[in-house]
Amino acid sequence: MREILDDIDRWRANGKKVAVARVVKIEGSGPRDPGAAMAVNEDGEVAGSVSGGCVEGAVVSEALAILAEHSPGRMVSFGYSDDEAFAVGLTCGGTIRLFIEPLAW
Amino acid sequence: MSLYERFRDLVRTETPVALATVIDGPNVGAKLMVVREGTTETVEGSLGNPDLDRVAARDVAGELEAGRTGVRHYGPEGQATPEDLVDTPTVSVFIETFAPPPQMWIFGAVDFTAALGRVAKVLGYRVTVCDAREIFATKRRFPMADEVIVSWPAPMFERRGHTLGPRDAVCILTHDPKFDVPAIQGALATSVGYIGVMGSRKTHNKRLERLAEVGVSSARDLERIMSPIGLDLGGRTPEETAVAICAEIIARRTGHGATSLKNTSGSIHS
Repeated sequence: MREILDDIDRWRANGKKVAVARVVKIEGSGPRDPGAAMAVNEDGEVAGSVSGGCVEGAVVSEALAILAEHSPGRMVSFGYSDDEAFAVGLTCGGTIRLFIEPLAW
Repeated sequence: MSLYERFRDLVRTETPVALATVIDGPNVGAKLMVVREGTTETVEGSLGNPDLDRVAARDVAGELEAGRTGVRHYGPEGQATPEDLVDTPTVSVFIETFAPPPQMWIFGAVDFTAALGRVAKVLGYRVTVCDAREIFATKRRFPMADEVIVSWPAPMFERRGHTLGPRDAVCILTHDPKFDVPAIQGALATSVGYIGVMGSRKTHNKRLERLAEVGVSSARDLERIMSPIGLDLGGRTPEETAVAICAEIIARRTGHGATSLKNTSGSIHS
C-alpha cells in the first residue's frame, strides 16, 4: 500500500474516484502475499500490482464496476478452480482472494 | 481529516499501524485502526458494532505486535469461539499490519558497504552505515544510506541496540579486530536476526581467537555469527558480494537451504 500512496494522492487531488484492491488470502502457490495492493482510478489508470500480471486486467474491470455501482466493496477470487480460470487464472495454479473497495473512508 | 488520510500519514511516517477492514458480512468496508505511537496505543474507527470493536481491537493490537497480516472471523457482536459462531452470520475481517521497515546496520565504511547498502535498499531495509573514522563515514560516500554515523560500535549498540529485532541485520565489514570484535559483542547482546562478519577463513579463525579472549565462545553465540559472510555464489565484485550477503539473510530467515529450485521439490512459497 505504501508504494501506491503518491498516485492515490495525485488522483484524489484531481477529483478522481479511486478503488483499491488488496490481496487478503492466497491458497496454494501465489506470486504476492496478503497486503499486496493495487489502485485503479475512474479513468482506468493503475498503480501497484496484486499478482505477477496474471489478474491485473480483470481487477481493473471489477474495480471500475465497483466504482460505477457505488458498491461498498466485495470479495473477488481468481484461481485454477474458478469457472473464469481459463480467462484470467493464475498460471502458477494457486487461488488469490482479493477485496476491492472504493477509497471512500 | 478522514480515516484514510490519517492512515496514509501514519504509513508515510513509518508509525506502526494495523488496519482492519470488514470484507464479508454486515458493514462491508467498515474500518478500525490500531496505532502505536511511542508507548501509547490508540484505536480509531469502527467495524459497526461496539462489542465487535472491543474484541477485534484486541486482536488487531496483537497482530500489530506480531507484525502479521491475515483474515479473522467473528460473530456480528464479536463472538470469536467456534461454538459461539455456530448458526450466526459471520463477519470476516482483514487485518493488515504496517510495520516500520527492517533495519540493516553496516559497520565499516568500505567499497563493499556502498554495494551492500544499495542491494539492501532494493530489499526495503532502512540502512545505517557506521564507522569510527570521520573522513570515511560521510553521507557523500554513501548516498543510499538512510543514516551515516561516526561512532565506535559499543556506544552505537548501547544507544540503539534495543531497537534491533529478528527482522533486522547487522553486517560487519571492517576486517579490523579493534572494530569488529566490539561490533560482534554488541550485536550478540541484541535479538537481531542476522549477524554477518566479513573476512577470509584465516581472518575468521584469528577473530575466533580474539572473541574467545573476550569471553565469546558459547556454541549458541558462535552459531549466530555468519562468518565468512554470505552464500557461496562464487562472485567477486562488491555488488556480487552484496547479493551473496543479502541472499544469505533471506535464506537464514526462511530456513531454506538456498539451493536451486530445479534441484529441490515441494512447495516454492511455503
